[in-house]
Amino acid sequence: MITAAAFYLFAFVLIAAATMVVTSRNPVHSVLFLILAFFNAAALMLIAGAEFLAMILVIVYVGAVAVLFLFVVMMLDIDFARLREGFQRYLPIGGIVGLILLLELALVIGTWTTATEASDLRLAPNPGGGVSNTKALGQILYTDYVYLFQIAGLVLLVAMIGAIVLTHRRRPGTKRQDVAAQIARSGSVNLEQVPTGAGIGELGIRRPTLPEAPKPKQVEHADHRGGHH
Amino acid sequence: MAVGLSHYLAVSAILLVLGLVGIFLNRKNVIVILMSVELILLAVNLNLVAFSAHLNDLAGQVFAMFVLTVAAAEASIGLAIIVIYFRNRGSIEVEDISTLRG
Repeated sequence: MITAAAFYLFAFVLIAAATMVVTSRNPVHSVLFLILAFFNAAALMLIAGAEFLAMILVIVYVGAVAVLFLFVVMMLDIDFARLREGFQRYLPIGGIVGLILLLELALVIGTWTTATEASDLRLAPNPGGGVSNTKALGQILYTDYVYLFQIAGLVLLVAMIGAIVLTHRRRPGTKRQDVAAQIARSGSVNLEQVPTGAGIGELGIRRPTLPEAPKPKQVEHADHRGGHH
Repeated sequence: MAVGLSHYLAVSAILLVLGLVGIFLNRKNVIVILMSVELILLAVNLNLVAFSAHLNDLAGQVFAMFVLTVAAAEASIGLAIIVIYFRNRGSIEVEDISTLRG
């Protein structure tokens, strides 16, 4: 009973927050409502028994993606009033398309049934018993799905490199190290072969003259020999 | 009235439609369009988790995790593209993006 009440509460807040994401006037408010929507979706996943995924959703979406959105929204100097101009114009067509899609989805959900042999087709049945959700996920993620797991890591790596390459820019006027130019230069540095066993003094290796060390300051004491100053 | 699979399906269907309508409504603001795409992917994840709980099969949750990975990658690349587009053009209006004549 309390589960159902919690489900309806979280579902209602989730849909309300999603509506506000779409219709909010200010993109910063949109991002904040997006965070609220993610929290409520995580709660719905908790009710469904997917604890690990719910926590990952909070960490990844709220901790990383939403903050990334917030950074970009606040960093770009955008005229938000101008961006709202087409809102009224696209409302009818958007509403019609959304209504049609919702109707179709309602028809699909209304007439849909589970096949009787569906439980035989399971790829990774939940072990149940005392095994927690996180442990059960780890047991199949690192064995049956290890290649997919590695590919997911590669996708993230490519995304990271892509984002860095896209946004990186060379500013004129900054000094950076050019290794090829350093190696290719000649004249200022010589390479000499020296016989082994000989000291530096005998060979007469040219060394840059060091600036003279500062001499100790001479205190003048001409007249009074001995005695106190 | 116990919470069943159809409740989750209804919630995620509404969420998906909201994301789609958001793409239509915010035709000028690319950032809100990206947020709408995130909402759609969230609806997909909710669906996967609901079916996983209904069939008592963990493969759905594993798949939802990969969807999460791809969504994070997509958000980072999309926002990077928005940043360089804004740097070059000084605006992020979608209707101006017609250089490729697509």
